[in-house]
Amino acid sequence: MSGVRVLIGTRKGALILTSDGKRKRWHVSGPHFGGWEIYHLKGSPVDPNRLYASQSSGWFGQIIQRSEDGGKRWEAAGGGLTTAPSGMPVVEGNKFVYDTSPETGKPLTTHQWYDGTQHPWEFKRVWHLEPSLTDPDTVYAGVEDAALFRSTDGGQTWQELAGLRGHGTGPGWHPGAGGMCLHTILLDPSNPGRIFVAISAAGAFRTDDAGKTWRPINRGLKSQYIPDPNAEVGHCVHHIAMHRSRPSVLFMQKHWDVMRSDDAGESWQEVSGNLPTDFGFVIDVHAHEPDTIYVVPIKSDSEHYPPKGKLRVYRSRTGGNEWEALTKGLPQRNCYVNVLRDAMAVDSLDSCGVYFGTTGGQVFASADAGDTWAPIVRYLPAVLSVEVQTLP
Amino acid sequence: MIRVVLPYHLRMMAHVGGEVKLDVKGVVTQRSVLDALEARYPMLRGTIRDQVTEQRRPFLRFFACEQDLSHEPPDAPLPDAVATGAEPFLVVGAIAGG
Repeated sequence: MSGVRVLIGTRKGALILTSDGKRKRWHVSGPHFGGWEIYHLKGSPVDPNRLYASQSSGWFGQIIQRSEDGGKRWEAAGGGLTTAPSGMPVVEGNKFVYDTSPETGKPLTTHQWYDGTQHPWEFKRVWHLEPSLTDPDTVYAGVEDAALFRSTDGGQTWQELAGLRGHGTGPGWHPGAGGMCLHTILLDPSNPGRIFVAISAAGAFRTDDAGKTWRPINRGLKSQYIPDPNAEVGHCVHHIAMHRSRPSVLFMQKHWDVMRSDDAGESWQEVSGNLPTDFGFVIDVHAHEPDTIYVVPIKSDSEHYPPKGKLRVYRSRTGGNEWEALTKGLPQRNCYVNVLRDAMAVDSLDSCGVYFGTTGGQVFASADAGDTWAPIVRYLPAVLSVEVQTLP
Repeated sequence: MIRVVLPYHLRMMAHVGGEVKLDVKGVVTQRSVLDALEARYPMLRGTIRDQVTEQRRPFLRFFACEQDLSHEPPDAPLPDAVATGAEPFLVVGAIAGG
């Protein structure tokens, strides 16, 4: 019987849970990298035992970790030595250098700061790692301050896809409350040249030539918190999801508003429908039903907890607009946790499993597409990210 | 032989227990000690000094001989007691929090 592996990033380390296909009993491994912030872990679709992890710390900066055995053992990617012309050892695995060369980057060194002035781009951390769909050694990194990097040697060295920052709107991007982060990377399985990314608080962007050129895809987004609610950039996109069988259909949880695009982001329509609030962070798609989507409504942008203290996942089987509350097994009183943008995932077993983690340290799972839920682990540090691998 | 004491998380990363002992060629300075440390433990590169600017990370300090050397120039000679191994060079994580 096949099984699942759940990769959990928290404020104080990573945990890895495994179960067989029944998803009733769970083995917990970790914490790995105890004491470090683990913004994200993700496995290669080509080689499920190849995992990447973003390990960071306010004291020690950014580390990229890599595992070849499904998370039992880890090594700092780039921990091996290469030698520079000077003869000094050089390790590049933790090095994210913005590309400002005229050939590729169209030199760009500042973005909009909170006070409206221009501010230099400064690397802070990796928010999201997205392994290639075809090559286990190729992985993308979405970073703060917002930029997209790619490694083609298993995380040992990183190069910026500088056309994103350099395409023209970069000086108008500005940080949200959580920083100016590139947090969503979607690789189109039907078109190797097409990548979608999302940045807070700039919006969504797309390349059709594997990262050389980019353009904003925010038409239809309306954000009342910016001077021009319909601006080309400046929107606080929280997360985007797609179903791999239908990559031109995108679902977005924006700061406020749940949105849908049927044309690869060329235009967006609101599908918040009957949600109790359309603020939230996560959004994901059922593994086998491309029009079944999930969100976790959060009361407001200043009250980062569920309405009425009831933790409810909302499911739409119609690609939005019509939503049903899923409550069975979830706390329905006195619950004031948040569910952060990368903290929901699905498995692809016959009965689709849905998983999400909370800032209160619980990870809830449903083995029946959301009908019933149970915590598979509790009392963790605040959960930053949840990814799921369906194992053969 | 230079003795270096690392904070807990960097000892875990480098898989070392107590003090690290390093051979440093030439003048013993912050830069030459950290170069030797990173050459021996490449996984530490970027964790003490920024990879690009080579500046000390803001929440780390360098102490030795009961002095705070954090703001000394990176190429200034360290105290003789550090250069002779009588005293360790301490990399200290700031206590931050409530």
